[in-house]
Amino acid sequence: MATRLAEVDAVLLGVGLVGSILGRELTRVGLSVVGLERGDPRFTVPDFQSPNSHDELRFSTRKALMQDNVREGMTFRNTSAQTALPIRRWGSFLPGTGLGGAAVHWNGQTYRFQDSDLQQRSRTVARYGEKFIPTDLLIQDWGINAAELEPYYDRFEYLLGVSGKAGNLKGNKINGGNPFEDARSRDYPTPPMKEPYGSAMFRKAAAGLGFHPYPQPSSNLSQPYTNPEGLSMNTCMFCGYCERFACEHYAKSSPQTILLPILLKDKHFKLRTNAQVQRILLDSSGKKATGVLYTDAAGREFEQPATLVIVGAFALNNVRMLLLSKIGTPYDPQSGKGNVGRNYAYQTTSAVQVFYDEKTNINPFMRSGANGTVISDFVSDNFDHGPLGFIGGAYIGEVMTNGRPIEFHPTPPGTPAWGAAWKRAVARHYNHTSVVSTHGSSVSNRSNYLDLDPTYKDAWGNPLLRITFEFPQNDLKMSAFVTDKAMAIARQMGGQQVAGGPRKGPYNVTQYQTTHNTGGTIMGVSPDTSVVNRYLQSWDVSNVFIIGASNFPQNASYNPTDTVGALAYWAADAIVNRYLKSPGPLVPT
Amino acid sequence: MKKSSEIRPAAADPGRRSFFKLAGATVAGTTVQAINPGAQAATGNAAAAGTHAGGHSGSATHGARHAAAYIFLNAEEARFLEAAVERLIPADDVGPGALQAGVPSFIDKQLGGAWGAGERLYRGGPWSAGTPTQGYQLPFTPAELFRHAVRGLNQDVRRNGGKPFEQLTPEQQDAYLTSLEKGQVDLNGVPSNIFFESLLSLTIEGYFSDPVYSGNKDMAAWKMIGFPGAYAAFYTMVDQHNMLYTRAPMSLAEDANRVIHIHPEIPARDIHQGEQQSTQPAIQQHGHQDPQHDLQKDPQHDLQQQTHQGTLQEAPHGNQAG
Repeated sequence: MATRLAEVDAVLLGVGLVGSILGRELTRVGLSVVGLERGDPRFTVPDFQSPNSHDELRFSTRKALMQDNVREGMTFRNTSAQTALPIRRWGSFLPGTGLGGAAVHWNGQTYRFQDSDLQQRSRTVARYGEKFIPTDLLIQDWGINAAELEPYYDRFEYLLGVSGKAGNLKGNKINGGNPFEDARSRDYPTPPMKEPYGSAMFRKAAAGLGFHPYPQPSSNLSQPYTNPEGLSMNTCMFCGYCERFACEHYAKSSPQTILLPILLKDKHFKLRTNAQVQRILLDSSGKKATGVLYTDAAGREFEQPATLVIVGAFALNNVRMLLLSKIGTPYDPQSGKGNVGRNYAYQTTSAVQVFYDEKTNINPFMRSGANGTVISDFVSDNFDHGPLGFIGGAYIGEVMTNGRPIEFHPTPPGTPAWGAAWKRAVARHYNHTSVVSTHGSSVSNRSNYLDLDPTYKDAWGNPLLRITFEFPQNDLKMSAFVTDKAMAIARQMGGQQVAGGPRKGPYNVTQYQTTHNTGGTIMGVSPDTSVVNRYLQSWDVSNVFIIGASNFPQNASYNPTDTVGALAYWAADAIVNRYLKSPGPLVPT
Repeated sequence: MKKSSEIRPAAADPGRRSFFKLAGATVAGTTVQAINPGAQAATGNAAAAGTHAGGHSGSATHGARHAAAYIFLNAEEARFLEAAVERLIPADDVGPGALQAGVPSFIDKQLGGAWGAGERLYRGGPWSAGTPTQGYQLPFTPAELFRHAVRGLNQDVRRNGGKPFEQLTPEQQDAYLTSLEKGQVDLNGVPSNIFFESLLSLTIEGYFSDPVYSGNKDMAAWKMIGFPGAYAAFYTMVDQHNMLYTRAPMSLAEDANRVIHIHPEIPARDIHQGEQQSTQPAIQQHGHQDPQHDLQKDPQHDLQQQTHQGTLQEAPHGNQAG
């Protein structure tokens, strides 16, 4: 029997990036807010301090900061003809857990999506015609454009203190920045990070081929910074322990460094950690949420009544929470009906290695999560897709993040996997190899989706989320094209040998690619084709807002976090300035 | 890696193969360890030379048991594992082999601990093989997988009328490991390729992980490739393109006082001069370093003075290793 707690104005499902922002924005206007975080409380001091935080085995290989998949896993299959099986160990993506969420272990790449991403369908049709889009693709417009989102990107980037160089300041193109970006209202809060050696060689090679290299926008800060909340951050030390690790330096933007110290002091805010939300509770009409049911670490059940429910967990868990709570209609790939779980997309990546002579010291361990140099010449619709026959693109860059040797010990093709020859090659190439990456878009289609698994359960007896995903042909074509460009640049980087290849199917859940899982609770202009409206409000239950990369109708070339943060501020603004004044649907149906 | 060249590959001559001798050679290569064996026992750290001597009760040549022993492996398993990892990463003039690096001890602790028992491994049924894209789908924990497979492996060798793995020549061992890697031999319910993949992963983890986990002894694998370990700051060096970085690496296990070496004037070796340890001008790590301070230093000067021979076993107050 659940203990019923006192009602609050709003309850947050997850206190990561989205939860922290919404908590701050709602308490700022006087709402009482309870934040429910399933993981542990954790802070820069004492939890993230080195040298203990610099432990590759614990944090990277054994994935200490990730969702405990023993208690709460997921199942996977490539196609709906197969039987999904549990992802028994995390591999291709790594959902975080704990206070601060995945924004604790992220790398810090902080890109804005382009208008051509946000309006992908209409702009593709306008430029190439309706028939250019394969019929099995479900790409659609977001219901918001880049100009509308710009102030929210700006606000989020100044919260984080992002280090970068503008390429388009109010319409003026600036050399050295990204010339393809949509106009930004002001420059980045802090200048670009230092450029590592491999990135510098990439810059020279890319520029020599006529491309437009620029410093990757980074939330590992280039210099000390105090954000508008009054919180100060330090300079990134290039320690090489960023992604999969928490930052001990106060140099990586995460809720712990940019918001939580303020939010946790607010008398209107209450944090409850180790609180596992089981489901959102609805009234008898099914049209209004009354709060949530959660279980604490000791197994005790609590009902937390709330007038407003903010779902801000990791994208995949947002989708699962709606399915468990029976909010909206689950997507059925056979009939095409239903929207919850529809338009699941991912990211299409590939890598090219450049092997140098022994006089070229790459020093791969002197890196940060989001350092490096990239080009956007092949991002989104920045190039003519007409003759190419695919939609989307990728950024290409030398953005190595670390030289941690369990994971990073590159050897040229043909090297044995073990034995004396392997060891000799590892020793020979470890400090003399650079990696060029492509980071590409992912279209949504009819056959890739999320639903509840019929067989496998979590520790509380609830069904696991089931992922059905295979790389669409469109994206494999895209990867072949952009990887070819990456190879061409890599061959100009002065190495002795270049090796790599495009992404190929089948999608394999064991090999790490990215944790950029998107879709499933997508935003849009109609309840027929989306789960939330343009303000991220549920079409079905108007006092539930769902915020995260689960809102993306398809995934863009860039990393998602900047857009998640901008959407969080966008939704918070809509709640504070529209919804609270007149609770109910913000978009008529 | 001059010292490593003195060490004979473990299985080069099966007739004379002696892990006790090998352990002796290792000790000779690290003087501090040799003159202070009591410190090893006191810290209870199994990455010490005794790594190579544990679990040999079945062999008459291994009568002398070191205090540090395996916690999980039985004698039969230890004999296989020690021989196998040394073929996966053999000792040579490039750097230490897996045996010298303490990889069997690392694997022993992993299999005997939470990870071996299935930490972070979803274990709910029903069970089916699935597709390769769905990843590991066997009911075995890592410890169970190893134990079942080695039992099956020994049966497999006997069935073929051959000697136990550790008595084969290196060439025969390599051929046998290759047959496990490429084939689908049923090792007591464990497909041999899955067992091999698991063994190779564990071996590489033990070779390159922090010595605090009992492998990568003396950080020798890191020294071989030039990886600095747990250092926290390269801000002053990242834009000195093509610099040759030769500073000795740093281990989590070296420092009992949560002091890190973010400033070049505090070389890691000072921490190991135990009697002076409390007097060192250590910077307590509170995440507020001043990068400008680092900028004024000459990193070349710093790099040249880093020659410490610190080992995990030297740390007088190694509470993190315990």
